[in-house]
Amino acid sequence: MTGPPASYGRAVVIGVGNEFRHDDGAGPAVVTRLSGRVPEGVELHLSEGEPTRLIEAWDGAALAVVVDAVRAEPAVPGRLHRLVLHRAGPGAARPASSHGLGLGEAIGLAQALDRMPGVLILHAVEAADLGQGTGLSPAVAAVIDALAAAVLRDLRGPSRPR
Amino acid sequence: MTHKRDRTLFTSGLARVEGEGAMYVRVSGGHVDEVRLDIYEPPRFFEAFLRGRSYIEPPDITARVCGICPVAYQTSACQAIEDVCGARVEGEIADLRRLLYCGEWIGSHALHIYMLHAPDFLGYPGAVEMAADHRDVVERGLALRRAGNAIMELLGGRAIHPVNVRVGGFYRAPSAAELAPLARQLRDALPLALETVRWVAGFDFPDFTCPHELLALTDPGRYPIERGTLVTSGGLAFTAAGFEQHIIEEQVPHSTALHARLTGAGRSGDGRYLTGPLARYTLNSGSLPPQAARAAAEAGLGPGCRNPFRSIIVRAVEVVCALEEALRLIEEYRPPAAPAVAAAPRAGTGYGVSEAPRGVLYHRYDLDDDGVISSARIVPPTSQNQRAIEDDLRRFVAARLDFDDTRLTSECEQAIRNYDPCISCSTHFLDLRVDRR
Repeated sequence: MTGPPASYGRAVVIGVGNEFRHDDGAGPAVVTRLSGRVPEGVELHLSEGEPTRLIEAWDGAALAVVVDAVRAEPAVPGRLHRLVLHRAGPGAARPASSHGLGLGEAIGLAQALDRMPGVLILHAVEAADLGQGTGLSPAVAAVIDALAAAVLRDLRGPSRPR
Repeated sequence: MTHKRDRTLFTSGLARVEGEGAMYVRVSGGHVDEVRLDIYEPPRFFEAFLRGRSYIEPPDITARVCGICPVAYQTSACQAIEDVCGARVEGEIADLRRLLYCGEWIGSHALHIYMLHAPDFLGYPGAVEMAADHRDVVERGLALRRAGNAIMELLGGRAIHPVNVRVGGFYRAPSAAELAPLARQLRDALPLALETVRWVAGFDFPDFTCPHELLALTDPGRYPIERGTLVTSGGLAFTAAGFEQHIIEEQVPHSTALHARLTGAGRSGDGRYLTGPLARYTLNSGSLPPQAARAAAEAGLGPGCRNPFRSIIVRAVEVVCALEEALRLIEEYRPPAAPAVAAAPRAGTGYGVSEAPRGVLYHRYDLDDDGVISSARIVPPTSQNQRAIEDDLRRFVAARLDFDDTRLTSECEQAIRNYDPCISCSTHFLDLRVDRR
């Protein structure tokens, strides 16, 4: 596989979630799917969403691609969202988070500490089932390949900062 | 100001606790009628999930119960399985296990002190807002957390859900040379930990005392972390094998989590008890290593601490303790001849217990002749503390009924955070509701 040009900065892909909470395992499932398929030098990380570890994972990266499952009201399980955040300085607005600690908190903290990656791309998939247990719901399992392909496009595409 | 004599408070999505749950308070006629902490408990799912699995799997599977304290789950699981198998883990391998656990204490406590608890004392809604005004302070917290994670990554293979832990020890033991850079990082972190104790000792703390029986491990000559004998402030002493004779778990209608009760009435008369930093410190302060003991004395802790708001000081002292212990263990380290002792399966029941950052974590496994798990029992600290937390909140609310709902809800949330409820272990969303009638 051809890697990105050497002038590109560090890139990381972070799968957020818990594979023992059904569709919350979508992020880790995408990372597993990407193993061995990403351009050389791209780091793959797993995370349960704890902010300080997310920040450690993307600190200094030119590009961070985060994949996470989300709850939506009303939900269309398997529906995909893509959000691009460019580096923002301290005092920037904090994205709303449904958790006390999570990706929103991580972004807010990283902005306050000037630890945001150059570009942060969030791929979110709407979940059907976040209860206890292993295995993705059919609607979410059906889009894992598409999510992995979208992440690969980001790693090679015009969003990739130089 | 709303000082209705009858009211209900219910908070949805309690912030800055690990996970999810709900808090309900009902006030009728100016009296606190009911306080409920509703939590939903993943360990019950894992107990079922473990049945039919091989005896070598619990360390890896149970590590997934909690992203904050996987080493605690791995350690209690390993000890229980080793107990069945008759495997004795001692010497260098036991030291490595303690070293790994120190990493988890440092990381978990640093997270709670800086990201979850300190904003309450400094008047910020959260760590993000605190970071805007106190960037250096938050950076200090992150540096401490990195030091803990560095231990986890080196010994555990990675910081979350370590993969190098196995029944009998480890898959691979590090060389002394590999530990040298880690020791440098930990030495650099020690002054940060001491500064943390001084910083949190300067906060303002409400007068509040928890009267409950205390339960912790004790380990002769050293502060209990990865092993020990269970003791209570009422004078009970028992091993992990006696846990289920002394601790009874009961269903309560409002929670899928079981509530634990200490048999023989206990100090409170109804079996309520508290485990975690306050209990650990009060029952073991004489075993702290020198710098931690000095820091505790300078912070004014005394030999015991029963104010849950001051638990932030105890956690800070325990970070110093874990760093001192980690540095001692690295200094004395000689690689073991083999990274693990043999643990052949046999039929029987085994028990394991260790001091997770939030308190005593108990595991029990029943194996058949082939080493297949026929039954598993996991009792996490947060579910043990539920009754004590509810009782403390009842008294806390009763003394603050003149507060309006917003302020009362906010103060209840802070009071809950004193216990660092690891609701990842025992629940997810925490809602708080106060019902005034």
